Amino acid sequence: MFSRDTWQEIFLTIRKNKLRTILSGFTVSLGILIFVGLVGMTNGLQNTFEYFFSQDATNVMYIFPGRTSMPYKGYKSLRRIELDNDDLADIKKDFPMFLEYISPRIFRSALVKYKEESNNYTTIGVDWGQQFAEKTIIMKGRYINQEDVKNKTKNVVIGRLVEQDLFGTMNSIGKFIDVGGSVFKVVGVFQDDGGDNEERQLYLAYTTRQLIEKNTDKIGQIVIGFKEELGYTGAMAFQRNLERYLKDKKFIHPDDENGFFVRNVADALKQNQDFAGVLAIIAALVAFGTIVAGIIGISNIMVYVVKERTKEIGIRKAIGATPRSVISVILLESIFITTISGFLGMLIGMGLLSTLGDKLMDDYFILNPGIGAGLAISATLVLILFGSLAGYVPAKRAARIKPIEALNDE
Amino acid sequence: MIEIKDLHKSYKMGSNSLHVLKGINFSVEEGELVAIMGSSGSGKSTLLNILGMLDEADEGEYMLDDIPIKNLNETKAANYRNKFLGFIFQSFNLINYKTALENVALPLYYQKMPRKQRQEKALKYLEQVGLKEWSHHLPSELSGGQKQRVAIARAMVAEPKVLLADELTGALDSKTSYEVMELIQNINDQGNTILVVTHEPDIAQMCKRIVHLKDGVIVKDEKVKQVRATAHV
Repeated sequence: MFSRDTWQEIFLTIRKNKLRTILSGFTVSLGILIFVGLVGMTNGLQNTFEYFFSQDATNVMYIFPGRTSMPYKGYKSLRRIELDNDDLADIKKDFPMFLEYISPRIFRSALVKYKEESNNYTTIGVDWGQQFAEKTIIMKGRYINQEDVKNKTKNVVIGRLVEQDLFGTMNSIGKFIDVGGSVFKVVGVFQDDGGDNEERQLYLAYTTRQLIEKNTDKIGQIVIGFKEELGYTGAMAFQRNLERYLKDKKFIHPDDENGFFVRNVADALKQNQDFAGVLAIIAALVAFGTIVAGIIGISNIMVYVVKERTKEIGIRKAIGATPRSVISVILLESIFITTISGFLGMLIGMGLLSTLGDKLMDDYFILNPGIGAGLAISATLVLILFGSLAGYVPAKRAARIKPIEALNDE
Repeated sequence: MIEIKDLHKSYKMGSNSLHVLKGINFSVEEGELVAIMGSSGSGKSTLLNILGMLDEADEGEYMLDDIPIKNLNETKAANYRNKFLGFIFQSFNLINYKTALENVALPLYYQKMPRKQRQEKALKYLEQVGLKEWSHHLPSELSGGQKQRVAIARAMVAEPKVLLADELTGALDSKTSYEVMELIQNINDQGNTILVVTHEPDIAQMCKRIVHLKDGVIVKDEKVKQVRATAHV
């Protein structure tokens, strides 16, 4: 079956029937190409999701104060809720088994000056934990630490772009800058994957910010890093407990959802992962459909090929071709074409995907699209396998036609 | 060489059945050149197809060189056709994308003969039919007479026991027909058994024996004095 003669016979047939060969090869290549492209793009979309969530920690919850919408315990509705140091301390005291860190965030805009250079930046009063929530990377110096918070020091950590704006190529560490009228010492420079905006921020101890603002104890927002081993269900349970606790503490009606808001990154991540999962299933179905369409395409071509060659098969049988040899020639030709064009389509698809990289990131949210070589090869093999099976049926039928009928076929 | 007894064949045409061969008894000795004559519908082609194992009889016995031809599976029939029989058709039935040489060598391919040997032998037979120079031409580049010569070379190449020709001159003009018949006579002179189906009396006269078929039965079986084709060329 695999003798050199058989292959010569097949090559000859392929050479002499170029159009047929190209058509069937094209169908197969296109099928695999679309499959690879589709799976690759879906993977690219998932990469984007992962990329977005990798910028910040995912075991994080944000609490934003709001306004009540229901009267409760003698308080009128539309009461403004504020978070303060007391809340911070209580949460720390009552939820130690869930907490990894907790930090307030006090956002203030400020004019920052160094010598002749000045600009407006966002300053954030934080505790040390904020570094982990934001996944801030320290390039030089250090982050705000517990000593800063305790002693209300006038130390500041500036973003990479802040340093670039104010200091140019100079080193900013140890220099003093004017932040909204107070003098601060630069103790660190950070970078952040979150983008340019985040690198145009400054961090200082929240206690220092409170001191500047007439020793207030208000803290804006709260960032809570919970223990990773809680998992998704644990995090959701923690969120529910925390909401009940805070509502009770702040005299908010248990059904009032507007007193404060909780953004749970773990929940958002889960939702996005679910979404991406559904998308992957849809894409997989379409990709599967493409493969099926490819198989049907090959079957059609094989039926046509056998029909077209019926007379030739008759001639061959008259001069001594056995059914086996008739089947093997037709089948091997089909397998050969399918294999070559299948792998060609696969390689073209993978090649195209690899050249894309992050070119589609901004407009289509597709990052580094690609397909596992194992999956691509299995899909190609499946197409080849079913393609040959599809070829076997008409080939078998052709081999069974009486030679005299095949000879009379015009 | 060929021995048939009480051969019947009918074709189903919807609900009707067409009885084509109604009990044929007939035998051919080695080295004979037999013409089977009859008008269209007389069953002559059906008889030839059954002799060539391209079709099967409903009833009757068929012995080819003392081998009973009965209930053959496709593979066995293919092997017998390859070894025992050579076919020549009215429409040549060459494979159009293969050269003359490749067409002639094809039966040897099915005998699993090595490629080189195959080509040498095919070339030898092409030379015998006078087409050595045309060995690398495609059928489309050959004239009708040349195509039929290639087909004869292909039928001969496997050195079969019997050559079966179905209206082999049907698609050729008379001059070319006589040339082809001359070739057939020469092959017969070398001792080969040949059966020719024809409805042309002049072609039949060039054989040594004429079997007349009418409505599925043999009406006349006569030895004739052979007319040599050379006389006409």
